Amino acid sequence: MEAFKSHRGLIATLDRANVDTDQIIPKQFLKSIQRTGFEKNLFYDWRYLADGKPNPDFELNAKRFHGASILVTRNNFGCGSSREHAVWAIQQYGFKAVVAPRQKRGDAVVPAFADIFRNNCTKNGVLTVELTDAEVEEIFQMTGRYQGLEATVHLEEQRLTLHTAEEISFHFEIDPAVKEHLVRGLDEIRQTLQDEETIKRFEAQHNFQRFS
Amino acid sequence: MGKTLFEKIWDRHVVTPLKDGTVLLYIDRHLVHEVTSPQAFEGLRLAGAKVRRPELTFATMDHNVPTVNRMNIQDQISRAQIEALTQNCKEFGITLYDLKSDRQGIVHIIGPELGITLPGTTIVCGDSHTSTHGAFGTLAFGIGTSEVEHVLATQCLRQSRPKTFKVEFTGNLKPRVTAKDMILKLIGTIGTAGGTGYVLEYCGEAIRKLSMEARMTICNMSIEAGARAGMMAPDEITFQYIAEGKRPYAPKGKDFDDSLKLWKSLTTDPDARYDRTISINTSDIAPQVTWGTNPGMVVDVTGRVPKANEVAGYNAKDVEQALEYMGLQPGTPITDIKVDTVFIGSCTNARIEDLRNAAKIFKGRKISKSVRVLVVPGSERVRKQAEAEGLHSIFKAVGCEWRQSGCSMCLGMNPDQLKPGERCASTSNRNFEGRQGKGGRTHLVSPEMAAACAIEGHFVDIRSWS
Repeated sequence: MEAFKSHRGLIATLDRANVDTDQIIPKQFLKSIQRTGFEKNLFYDWRYLADGKPNPDFELNAKRFHGASILVTRNNFGCGSSREHAVWAIQQYGFKAVVAPRQKRGDAVVPAFADIFRNNCTKNGVLTVELTDAEVEEIFQMTGRYQGLEATVHLEEQRLTLHTAEEISFHFEIDPAVKEHLVRGLDEIRQTLQDEETIKRFEAQHNFQRFS
Repeated sequence: MGKTLFEKIWDRHVVTPLKDGTVLLYIDRHLVHEVTSPQAFEGLRLAGAKVRRPELTFATMDHNVPTVNRMNIQDQISRAQIEALTQNCKEFGITLYDLKSDRQGIVHIIGPELGITLPGTTIVCGDSHTSTHGAFGTLAFGIGTSEVEHVLATQCLRQSRPKTFKVEFTGNLKPRVTAKDMILKLIGTIGTAGGTGYVLEYCGEAIRKLSMEARMTICNMSIEAGARAGMMAPDEITFQYIAEGKRPYAPKGKDFDDSLKLWKSLTTDPDARYDRTISINTSDIAPQVTWGTNPGMVVDVTGRVPKANEVAGYNAKDVEQALEYMGLQPGTPITDIKVDTVFIGSCTNARIEDLRNAAKIFKGRKISKSVRVLVVPGSERVRKQAEAEGLHSIFKAVGCEWRQSGCSMCLGMNPDQLKPGERCASTSNRNFEGRQGKGGRTHLVSPEMAAACAIEGHFVDIRSWS
């Protein structure tokens, strides 16, 4: 996997909460046995009209978002199905990072991204950036105001910078394991196989509840 | 300090802590289906790797499977995916329950049925509804395809330890109110991301009284609350379920007795602590009906379609978008909503008890002329059992279509789909836009509510309906 240290790119906004993976990549595109070719079907039901033409009302179809590589959206992005195809579609479309807000609900804080989706992003080298509601709202405002607004995500410093006239920076928290995985572009399977002897020792004493 | 049920199982499966703060977690059983596995097998091939423990890996085909004339798959891409699984299982030496097998079915239905799902084990599958197996006191969760490949190659996963969330259901269910209503009520209360980052442990009087089938319905939809896993301590009902049926992979004789000792230790210690807790009075729960485009958009059947600004946890724009998609006006009583399709099936509600409960409502009646009803058993074993009990005759006599097993209209990867604008009362788990077919409108309900809706052509309060 390619290492992720920092990335500068165009921002695109998608003003919807609870975007589920069925929306990101509808079921009919999960029949592929390949790992590539998903970009054209990202957000398919929203992105295209019945006749197959681009839907002019869908935000990502706006000309000013063409070539975007940082997706900024609302809370609970990627909920629902575990399909990794959703991350493949986002990545192959050109997004390197997705930004969304955590939310306060009662006395609980609700994470910005669904668990399995966030995990799948990490495995593919896509960065998920979690900010506060107010910070994400500010990015929406600024993106509305500045045509072609770009941002830089500095993963090592855990900072997202908007390249507005006067630069605005936001600090973000990230799971140290996720950060290390991305920064070093690690191959997890190869890493785990280095623990082969430890796994064998574990298996020798583990109760498998065997069936015969 | 004592341990929670989750902690006991987690600790038993830690192979080694890793430097980055995660652990290497051992996986006891790996379930595989045709949709999320082909790229994982391809990864193994490219690396020249083998499946580390093929005897702990079980495969079936369920998502793409036609429920009529299943051996004849018209969709060539679906067929290619089915054939890829057949080929991969052969090449890597994995047991496969294919379309010819009488053990085939939805992966989360056949696991428990065959005794693959056992208390105290870890189970993963490239499918978010793997949480279902938690009903047995199992740590079970969904993974992506990269992780499927990781488990195939190493029988382990690198995992961060989730937090724990105790969900207590006090009191008792009212007649005709079901486990489906309990879980929808919870999701409505904490929201679809309320459980993100947690493993839920369901406990309390109301849980203890539920059958295994009903417990699976609750654990199944943990993911709809954002939780990767939901679990329940095993008890006599669990042990009996495992001992009773023909479950080829369950321990027998002395092995069973040995396992039983372990299983009985799988309860949360009285002095254990959870990161979060909630208590819900089950006696207050009414039948639930979703009105929107995610499972947290749910209301009592006696309620109304809400106004944009009166839904906790959603902003007005989310609600407006959902209502527009659903074609609903705020203020409409739920019982005034008419449907044209009813789907009884899915890994949430297609076990034998679900079909029995639906059949009880249908018996001696007729479905509304304007409604099409699909009854899709969760597995071939469920189908045969239902036919042995004569349930299929009841379904057919009232006008339902009785099908072969598979995921079917829960996600419409096979030909069973809604057309744009069609409205469905569904016993499945997701009411997302387009989930059951592009433009289709889904209302999630229990099997009993779905059956009554099929008869009347609109939602009814099953408690007072006769």
